[in-house]
Amino acid sequence: MEKKKHKSSMMERRKEVLTGLSNLGYKIYDQMDKGSFPSIDMPSRSTDNIMYDKLLRQFILGDRRVRRSARNIRHVKPFTQLVWAALFSNELSSQRKTSTLRDVYYSAQAYEMTFKDQQESNNIVTDLETILGFSREDFSIFPEERSAVFGDLTVEYTVPGYEGKTLDLTSHPDGVLIGPALTSSEFVRTSADKVIAIEKGGLFTRFVEENVHKKYNSILVLTAGQAPRATRHFIRRLNEELNLPVFVFTDGDPWGMHIAMVIISGSANAAHLRELNTPDAKWSGVWATDIVNYKLPTDPLDEVDMKRLYELMKDPRYKDPLWRREIKTFMKIKKKAEQEAFSRYGLTYIVDEYLPAKLEETK
Amino acid sequence: MAVRELVENSLDAAESHRIPPDVYVRLSYEGEASKDTQIYKLRVEDNGIGVPPRHIPSAFGQILFGSKYKLKQQRGTFGLGGKMAILYGQITTHQPANIISSTGISKTYMYKLMIDIQRNRPLIIDRKVLINKEMWRGTIVEFTLEGDYFRAMPKILDYFKQTAMVNPYANLTFVDPKGRLYKFIRITKEMPPPPKETLPHPYGVDVELLQRLIQITPYKNMSEFLRFHFHRVGEITARKFLGFSNISPSKNPKKLSHEEIVRLMHMLKRYKEFLPPDASCLSPLGEDLLKAGILKELKPEFVAVHQRKPATYAGHPFIIEVGIAYGGEIPAKNVFLVYRFANRIPLLYDEANDVSLRVITAMNWRRYKVAPDMPVAILVHICSTKVPYKTVGKEFIADRPEVRREIANGLREVARQIQHFMSKREHVDKERRRLGVFSKYLPKIAQFSTKLAGKEKLPDVEKLLASVKKYGEEEA
Repeated sequence: MEKKKHKSSMMERRKEVLTGLSNLGYKIYDQMDKGSFPSIDMPSRSTDNIMYDKLLRQFILGDRRVRRSARNIRHVKPFTQLVWAALFSNELSSQRKTSTLRDVYYSAQAYEMTFKDQQESNNIVTDLETILGFSREDFSIFPEERSAVFGDLTVEYTVPGYEGKTLDLTSHPDGVLIGPALTSSEFVRTSADKVIAIEKGGLFTRFVEENVHKKYNSILVLTAGQAPRATRHFIRRLNEELNLPVFVFTDGDPWGMHIAMVIISGSANAAHLRELNTPDAKWSGVWATDIVNYKLPTDPLDEVDMKRLYELMKDPRYKDPLWRREIKTFMKIKKKAEQEAFSRYGLTYIVDEYLPAKLEETK
Repeated sequence: MAVRELVENSLDAAESHRIPPDVYVRLSYEGEASKDTQIYKLRVEDNGIGVPPRHIPSAFGQILFGSKYKLKQQRGTFGLGGKMAILYGQITTHQPANIISSTGISKTYMYKLMIDIQRNRPLIIDRKVLINKEMWRGTIVEFTLEGDYFRAMPKILDYFKQTAMVNPYANLTFVDPKGRLYKFIRITKEMPPPPKETLPHPYGVDVELLQRLIQITPYKNMSEFLRFHFHRVGEITARKFLGFSNISPSKNPKKLSHEEIVRLMHMLKRYKEFLPPDASCLSPLGEDLLKAGILKELKPEFVAVHQRKPATYAGHPFIIEVGIAYGGEIPAKNVFLVYRFANRIPLLYDEANDVSLRVITAMNWRRYKVAPDMPVAILVHICSTKVPYKTVGKEFIADRPEVRREIANGLREVARQIQHFMSKREHVDKERRRLGVFSKYLPKIAQFSTKLAGKEKLPDVEKLLASVKKYGEEEA
């Protein structure tokens, strides 16, 4: 078994984040100390400033910048919220604690900094991401977790109280939650030679039961629908740090297709961030052509599904011939199939027949 | 409404001699009358000119029919109200009325009277002459009547409040059956100039008036009859009119047949060249007094008043006065508070049918930055020798185009003023909110960034706040 030890830059990264946060504080303090209204420049996140970068193979923000100034009556409140969020993150990071977006919303109230709603506080966190160029997980603010990982990978924790402790990710058959502790851990070794990302929990459990990790020498990742950022970043690390190819299995419909696409090319919402996507990951199924070739039981595509397909046709991320062929096939057959549809050929058919065929096809 | 008739008589009695009125009203409980009504004793006391003793019995104990040939603005129309109230008391309780009056001489006269309804004559039950050492002057009327005070209470209190509003030079005191004291104190001794008596204008006559004039006239020909009994008719006008209507100038008015009288009335109305009546017979309150009255009774944050120039309808001169008040102690309801007055008496009933309401409803208030849910009160006062009441109940003003136009123009004027006030207020509010936002958040930015930068000393935000203030003022 090949052993890999890859020292990731988790510690380095945290230092960078802390420096970024306190630099922001200095900048604002300095401006105020000199008797001027503080202001911050950041790239504009409006849709006309989001573009697709073919080289990076993800969305990026254009050159347009906006200025948040405490001089402006409409900006002064969000500006204050932003500085508060920076302070909050700084305290979290330096105390090595984590929190959720929901926490941010509530903690603000202790400072008489009420946010109108969760959306407003989320926006402020996104502003902070844009300014610093780090994602919120980097400054210890995590979304609610639901995705998991299972497979032969040993990690070493860096979170307080667990420093140096290691965990084999096969140790729990339900998989291990991709939460703050796992996200910040270092990869120690793996014998796997690929990553299989799966959209649905039922199939993930089936794969574990059927020993897919052993049979195909793989690490299994459950995205649980659209993959959270932490999971997308985790997949990228598996790909980059361990050089593992990534295969994504989703339902055979426009939504499943897009789950795969976001893992590969990122989302417009995260255009201000880098290193969340895995450009070399492959969408392995279920394709529209699979529905035809495997004669899968189907449901008809409804209006919303069709509308989504037309949107995807125009999306710059769907330029490649494979994607276009699949979109067109969906439009032609007007049918969709879930991953579970393979059960018509027996519960293990998907593992024994379909999976190896597709892994081979999309290698 | 007995209270109201007597109070109005009292106000007239004082005002006609330019005495700032002091009116004291007491209603006291005397006993049960029926399941829903009680007996009350009503006492109304004023400091008016008093009634000479020999006129007291007929002034309070005989109901006279209209006998006026000259016009001026008055509260009541025929001087009947007070007597009718006393009559009502007598009918419901069979008790005599006590009248005490002095014209400010060394004696006071007290009469105990009843009205002989069959013969319409006063019955003097008792008469006393008292020494008036203090040289008191005024009249006291006291009688019992049946009623239901607790049902009428809101209207009575409204009546006093509104009366006080348009009579800011009067002291009004009311003691109700529970012994509660309501006092409306004058804030000025200024009174509007009293109205002058004028002759009726040709456009405003009716057949009945013509007949009465013909009966009493000493003039033997139409030319003089017209010249001396009508307003704005001189020799030339009389001649031209008689030519126009084909009536011989030398005709004896007493010889006119009924048909000719009717025709005369129609011709008077049809002739276009009479000059409009002048308004010296009117006594509007005036902008200063109106403003003072509104400020005194409504205690608003803002008030605007306007008096229109005299206008006429059907030969009757009238003047519209309007006011608008905002905020302060005015309650916010879902409709504007509307106060209507005619010849300085409040109109308390049938508001919805009044022309003022129609004008107010038709106006686009949003243009003036006013909405019905704001604390806004609107006041409309019409002064006229003949108030165009719609009904005999005299509670609301008819929708006459001339009157409507004057009310609308008056309201537009005050609406423009309130609009100006609202804009200014909006601006001040905006500035205050603006400064509020900055003074809330700038210190927080200072605090958070100091902590984030790991500094000790907070940056000074006072300078920044000061500059925000200055900046705001520049904008204004």
